[in-house]
Amino acid sequence: MKANTDTTLNRRTFIKVTSLTGGGVALGLYVGTREGRSQFGPPPPAPTPDVYITIKPNNRFTIIAKNPETGQGIKSALPMIIADELDVDWNQVDIQQADLDPKYGRQIEGGSTAIPSNYTTMRQVGAAARAMVLEAAADLWNVPVDQLTTASGVVHGGLGRQATYGSLADAVSRLEPPDITAVPLKDPADFKIVGQPVPGVENFQMVTGQPIYSIDVEPAGMLFAAYHKCPVFGGVVESANVDEIRALPGIQHAFVVDADPDGSGRASGVAIVADNWWVANNARQQLQVDWDEGPTAVENTTRYNEQAASLSSRASEAPAGGGRGVANIGDVEAAFADADQVLEAEYYFPLLSHAPLEPMNSTAHFKEDGTLEIWSPSQIPGLANPARSAGIENDAATMHLVRSGGGFGRRLYSEYDIEVAAIARQVSEERMEAGLPTVPVKLLWTREDDMHFDMYRPAGYHFFKAGLDADGRLTAFRDFVPSVASVVPANEFPRGFVSNFMANSIPITPFSIPTGALRAPSTNGVSFVMQSFIDELAVAAGADPMQFRLDLLANPVPEPQPAGGRGGRGGGFGGGGFNASRAAGVLEAVRRMSNWDAVYPTMGNGRGIGCAFQFAHAGYVAYVVDLTAEGNGQIRVNNVWSAVDIGRQIINPSRSRNLVEGGFIEAMSHMMDWEITIEGGAVVQNNFPEYQPTRMAHAPSSIEVEFVLSDNSPTGLGEPSLPPAIPAITNAVFNATGERIRRLPMKHDGYRWT
Amino acid sequence: MPYTFTVNGTSTTVDTPEDMPLLWVLRDVLKMKGTKFGCGVGACGACTVHIDGRAVRSCMTPVANVSAPVTTIEGLSEDGSHPVQQAWMELDVPQCGYCQAGQIMSAAALLANNSDPSDADINTAMNGNVCRCGTYMRIREAIHRAAASV
Ligand code: FES
Ligand code: FES
Repeated sequence: MKANTDTTLNRRTFIKVTSLTGGGVALGLYVGTREGRSQFGPPPPAPTPDVYITIKPNNRFTIIAKNPETGQGIKSALPMIIADELDVDWNQVDIQQADLDPKYGRQIEGGSTAIPSNYTTMRQVGAAARAMVLEAAADLWNVPVDQLTTASGVVHGGLGRQATYGSLADAVSRLEPPDITAVPLKDPADFKIVGQPVPGVENFQMVTGQPIYSIDVEPAGMLFAAYHKCPVFGGVVESANVDEIRALPGIQHAFVVDADPDGSGRASGVAIVADNWWVANNARQQLQVDWDEGPTAVENTTRYNEQAASLSSRASEAPAGGGRGVANIGDVEAAFADADQVLEAEYYFPLLSHAPLEPMNSTAHFKEDGTLEIWSPSQIPGLANPARSAGIENDAATMHLVRSGGGFGRRLYSEYDIEVAAIARQVSEERMEAGLPTVPVKLLWTREDDMHFDMYRPAGYHFFKAGLDADGRLTAFRDFVPSVASVVPANEFPRGFVSNFMANSIPITPFSIPTGALRAPSTNGVSFVMQSFIDELAVAAGADPMQFRLDLLANPVPEPQPAGGRGGRGGGFGGGGFNASRAAGVLEAVRRMSNWDAVYPTMGNGRGIGCAFQFAHAGYVAYVVDLTAEGNGQIRVNNVWSAVDIGRQIINPSRSRNLVEGGFIEAMSHMMDWEITIEGGAVVQNNFPEYQPTRMAHAPSSIEVEFVLSDNSPTGLGEPSLPPAIPAITNAVFNATGERIRRLPMKHDGYRWT
Repeated sequence: MPYTFTVNGTSTTVDTPEDMPLLWVLRDVLKMKGTKFGCGVGACGACTVHIDGRAVRSCMTPVANVSAPVTTIEGLSEDGSHPVQQAWMELDVPQCGYCQAGQIMSAAALLANNSDPSDADINTAMNGNVCRCGTYMRIREAIHRAAASV
């Protein structure tokens, strides 16, 4: 990726200017065609300009936040970039959340992609608007543009001449817009807003309890729904006592909703609708349902584990063909035979639920005219499936994007939108039949529903084998993954830095549990196993684990181009190629920050430090963790150092630090307590008491963050901050105690945070 | 059944089942959405309110048991000027922000009884409040800052 280019734009993109009734001017992008429309199907026939900036006569600026906000801070980050190039002050800006509309292109919160895919465009939008304001002032005063300057939304023309942007709005609306790609951008050294710690745009609303979340949406007349599904995945309702439920006090509607596996993907269940949610949900206690549980009912975690163990006897089998997602470089078996030392280790991490603090919910109104209005907290909002679920065409549905209480990838799947669409239609039809007006309906899941019906982070079974030569150099590395929709680290470090490398996988069957992306998909578990086993190799080689990694990174091994290509290495979507010097850069930074060279030799006897790094979602993050093992498995994380390379520009350092702190705290949840297990085709865990998140008392006293600025385009940080925190901690536990953590969650081996 | 109690200084009567938790009375009957639902079993603290000045989980408090004045996040101050709210904004504590109403209510109750809490005091008072986004370090710092300004 290079600066000043953006693959989402092409030469048919230009600025569109509209004058507003009542004064002021709106500036937007007009895009002839644009990639990335798959979210909405084919592009609409006549695209409309997507308004990003409104300049008002009172010199205030409304800037559109185009993407969904789940807590990652994008609602301020993208508008900050526009405002900076426009050269206005942040306190002159009002931010407005966009609705779902094809004119905005991709409106997705996921994969830490919002910054890389919008950074240049947002700069160009702001810069083009500023160029037009300058042109209007130059015309007004009859001076050349290059004699004008701007600051805080005011144009200065020398000789005491000045004009607010607002006063020039009318003139701007009559100008021919410039070529967006030709407008000069600011020197980043002159950024005034980008790079500053800007507080969240809705902090005031949050600390005063205003209704800004999806769960708070309550259009007039709204009813509340609970939706009761079969605990066994894929199970369907055969019959239910809905007549009795409907007769309970306060219940307005109760009905069975059919499964729609081939259309919208809707799961079958019983909807209960009341004046308030607690009454609707409470009626589930009286509900009697006959389920057809379906084939998944025979599945359980013990069976997956047994199959993984028995498949491990095939760990030395080479992958068939040159298939994608596996790797076979050199000859690992021959290298094992020649090795001075051969190490083998089995690692495991479990299925995980996302557990954002706001349980899944969505609000919809099916109206008399057959249209559907949805208020959705989705990270990847879309109309197709909700429309299908309500039995209407896409263009009869509209969607508002509402802030949600955490995403972490969970809201990349929008079953709540699909379910509420069907429920809202049925409610409205029953009401119309009774001669009543239609009303909106909010569907809210319980925490238990949320934990039972997730798209779980896949578990990982990893059977490693590696060889070291007499000098402690890595000569061969092999990983075998009996797979439950698992990630196979076929392109992960140390691939490319060892002559013989194999990664292969055989599926465990049947495995029918729905899986999906959790914050830092692919590396959130793989970093634990890879960076832990690398640590084992360093110890076996008698090397300093920090130096062992740096030595590997310094010695790439060119590999023959394999059949099928190798693709981007690591990092899942948004990955791109691995850059060893950036990885070494963050490691060197945490080495210095933590005073590693002086501290490491002094550790042991209950105090330990550990390191790990990860390339994920185009970013590089390394951690050093200092902890105390207090006996009886009690682990106290003391200090944490983190070095982050996400390119040359940090948009909002306050938010970026918050994301590193949050990634680390989340990693602590993943490793100590979190685990989803399956019994009889259903999830065993119900609520936070069996799925304990990290709590205040466990939080480290400090997390020191350093941003290593490299000459690369800015990328996101929501994901990369998490994965290497886990192995940095487990490696530190080994350093403190000599006990190697090879399976998560650690609670099963007697550990707990203190 | 009709139940009468005081919320944020105003006497209020609601007609609900006796076992309906205060959380849902606040949210769905009184339409005060600031108090949040996270677990419904007393394990996350998102629903924390003050009853008689003590931090209480409203999801575990049947409306029939409410016999003292209730304060919610909407009533902590008129205008967001409570020192805890101010410290939260100054330190840019929230990420998704969903837990923060409950965190603030727990922190405000702590400071009302202990004007200079240690980290250990904070751990004890705040351990029932989950922040899924992991803002604990900023919460801790914000409580110290609010304590300094009370
Ligand atoms: S909702 Fe009350 S403690 Fe979680
Ligand atoms: S800020 Fe998201 S749960 Fe605390």
